[in-house]
Amino acid sequence: MKRLQFMLTRVLQGLVAIVLIATVNFMLVRAAPGDPVSVLAGEAGASDAQFVAQLRTQFGLDQPITTQLATYLGKVVTLDLGFSYRQQQPVLKLIMDRLPATLLLTGSAFALSLLFGVTLGALSARRAGTWIDSAITVVALIFYATPLYWLALMAVLVFTVQLAWLPGFGFSTVGSGLTGLALAWDIAQHLLLPALTLALFYMAVYARMTRAAMLDVAQMDFVKTARAKGVKPGRILRAHVLRNALLPVVTLAGIQAGGMIGGAVLTETVFAWPGIGRLMFDALLQRDYSLLLGSFLVTAAMAVLFNLITDLVYTLVDPRIELT
Amino acid sequence: MKRRNLIQLGASAAAGLTLAGVPLHLLAAGRKGGVINAVVQPEPPGLMMGITQNGPTQLIAGNIYEGLLRYDEKITPLPSLATSWTSNKEGTVFTFKLKPGVLWHDGKPFTSADVVFSADVFLRKTHARLRANLASVESIKAIDPLTVEFKLKYPFGPFLGIFEVGSMPMIPKHLYENTDFLTNPMNATPIGTGPFKFKEWVKGSYIQLVANDKYHVKDVPLVDSVYFHVIPDAASRAAAFESGKVDLVPGGAVEYFDVQRLAKLPGVSVTTKGWEFFAPHSWLWINNRKAPMDNIKFRQALMFAIDREAICKVAWQGFAKPATGPFNSNIKFHSTDVAKYPRNVDAAKKLLAEAGYKGETLRMLPLPYGETWTRTAEILRQNLLQAGVKIEMVATDVAGWNQKLNEWDYDLALTYVYQYGDPALGVARNYTTANIAKGSPFNNVEGYSNPKVDELFEAGAKEPDAEKRKAIYLQVQKILLDEVPVAWLYEINFPTLYRTKLSNIVSSGIGLNDSLSGASIA
Repeated sequence: MKRLQFMLTRVLQGLVAIVLIATVNFMLVRAAPGDPVSVLAGEAGASDAQFVAQLRTQFGLDQPITTQLATYLGKVVTLDLGFSYRQQQPVLKLIMDRLPATLLLTGSAFALSLLFGVTLGALSARRAGTWIDSAITVVALIFYATPLYWLALMAVLVFTVQLAWLPGFGFSTVGSGLTGLALAWDIAQHLLLPALTLALFYMAVYARMTRAAMLDVAQMDFVKTARAKGVKPGRILRAHVLRNALLPVVTLAGIQAGGMIGGAVLTETVFAWPGIGRLMFDALLQRDYSLLLGSFLVTAAMAVLFNLITDLVYTLVDPRIELT
Repeated sequence: MKRRNLIQLGASAAAGLTLAGVPLHLLAAGRKGGVINAVVQPEPPGLMMGITQNGPTQLIAGNIYEGLLRYDEKITPLPSLATSWTSNKEGTVFTFKLKPGVLWHDGKPFTSADVVFSADVFLRKTHARLRANLASVESIKAIDPLTVEFKLKYPFGPFLGIFEVGSMPMIPKHLYENTDFLTNPMNATPIGTGPFKFKEWVKGSYIQLVANDKYHVKDVPLVDSVYFHVIPDAASRAAAFESGKVDLVPGGAVEYFDVQRLAKLPGVSVTTKGWEFFAPHSWLWINNRKAPMDNIKFRQALMFAIDREAICKVAWQGFAKPATGPFNSNIKFHSTDVAKYPRNVDAAKKLLAEAGYKGETLRMLPLPYGETWTRTAEILRQNLLQAGVKIEMVATDVAGWNQKLNEWDYDLALTYVYQYGDPALGVARNYTTANIAKGSPFNNVEGYSNPKVDELFEAGAKEPDAEKRKAIYLQVQKILLDEVPVAWLYEINFPTLYRTKLSNIVSSGIGLNDSLSGASIA
């Protein structure tokens, strides 16, 4: 009952937050100089007053801005994300077309970083002070400090251009006509470099965090008690130390998960991965207002959703935490 | 010999050497089949060429649609959908004979009704440049299914230069008549008469075209399919070419320092041909409305301060050459018999002193088109600083750049503009008083106004005789180079990078923007 009440309150709060975010986004996007018409007119290599007026009317930009905001919010409430005039497609369709690619990339990166990050962190904590610990710490520090863009380009230059081991661009081999397992294998090959690149940063963060938290927890009284009771070291590490050390990792994982939709712009750009991050970035450059706002909204909704999930996961990891 | 015969003779001579741009020996060799992988940058907003005419759209849609004429590198008209054309003596009535047996990609025949619909109905509504080009046209009539007559109110010198596919693409009447052109669902699956048909567009990934097996030139196109890959990062595009994923990189898609590097790889070649018709010309807008830029001496000082050779060599890696004035050397009536502005810092300083420049800081807008343009702006700033002109760079993205130029909110701004083969089509718009209007970054943005120049440009446009036009345009060039409304920088020679297993990728002065009909792959 308590849990249900908590959920309802949080969902309502989330909805209010999303509407507020939509309003602020709308204003922010309009504050940038230039509009989609100026971009299109600029690209055409020629324009005149008639051309500009015609586009403004078509895009609904001839209306007062308050009317445009009201129309937009009215549509958002009914889950209508609008129409992208530049791309000549409904915004929802554009986003949905790109969503699988992004989720595949960020989801794999998420799983990889969490798995390897926590494992390496735990290993490092267990062997604290040894060369393994030092090696893991140094590697984590390097990945933590390296700019993603550079790392991505280096991955392409080494593994695609020089060694030719892995494809470096796109989602699958264009025009190959593959199906079934062969297609899955082809996509997996294309996925490996971008997913690894994207995973490395968070992997480093998780590793460092897990190590620090585990070393902290290992000093606590209940661990000493467990050890005194004669619990086996492996079980102490897993059940007592690691579990208690995971809370900060969960927090961070929640943040990473919340950013899964829009957080891969650079990786998608370098690897020509057809995801939402690039869609958003292009929409920004082209001032494609409806598409930009639509993708912002989806991103915001994801962030709200993952915050909620994170809170629920807390209670699973540590039953002492109550939902209020 | 009569004028009309001359024109026809020229056309048939050109047609005899090649077949739609395909050298006959290639056709005879029978190298058919294969797939071309090219890069397109950025992803185009749409492929319906009657609505969108930007660079990436034409690169792809130039294979799908066709115009009545094509042009060689000297901007001489070549037959395309029109096989011959004649005019009356005064140059006010032009009659085009259309090629028989041409089919749209959906199987319907292409006729004169399509030409009238495209030029007079569809494009007049959607195509700003064509609207200006057709200002002289009184009526467009279908005489019979394969004959079209353009009647002009007054002679228009460059008239035969407005029929290129991007300037006047042929649109299928049966699919667009009485529809809302901008929202017609057919825009997503463009139908033309060209050598390639639209197959598939996976947004964010690639666009695929396939050979039109019913194309009106036998055995053309030579390849089966063309993919245009969308790779959004410049360094990644270079790597994609290097790794062999793509074999064809159109001009400007990778940075020029990478072009030089990649061109040295084995089996790779580079050509700067195929831009003669567009004649990309770059200059620095100078806002003539504001002090100190309203002073001719100040503007001349800027011309003297700029080191064009260094910009072409360093920033453009040799893929640009110094401009001598408002006319690109590839367009008609270009002359070098004008005032010259070699780099001369002392002359610049002297002129600045005479102009009474007090060291005001000027705001310069670089063109947000990548590293090469940024470097160009940095060299310019350095050049001007050496002459004593203080510059502050204003960072923008493309939308912001357009907006600032549309609203005349700048002191100096970098740009480049296509000149479309003829001064009346691509030069006059930047200097005549009638073209001073907010809302376009391609008209008379600098606000220069000289009645004499207006008069000459008008006379040049309305003069059908080439020799007389030449004299008129020489006069215009002399005045403009004395008064320096903008500071001309360089002509861009966009390099097309390709693997040598491809041949004949550029077959006209329109280059890759025309079509890959003649291209083959070994």
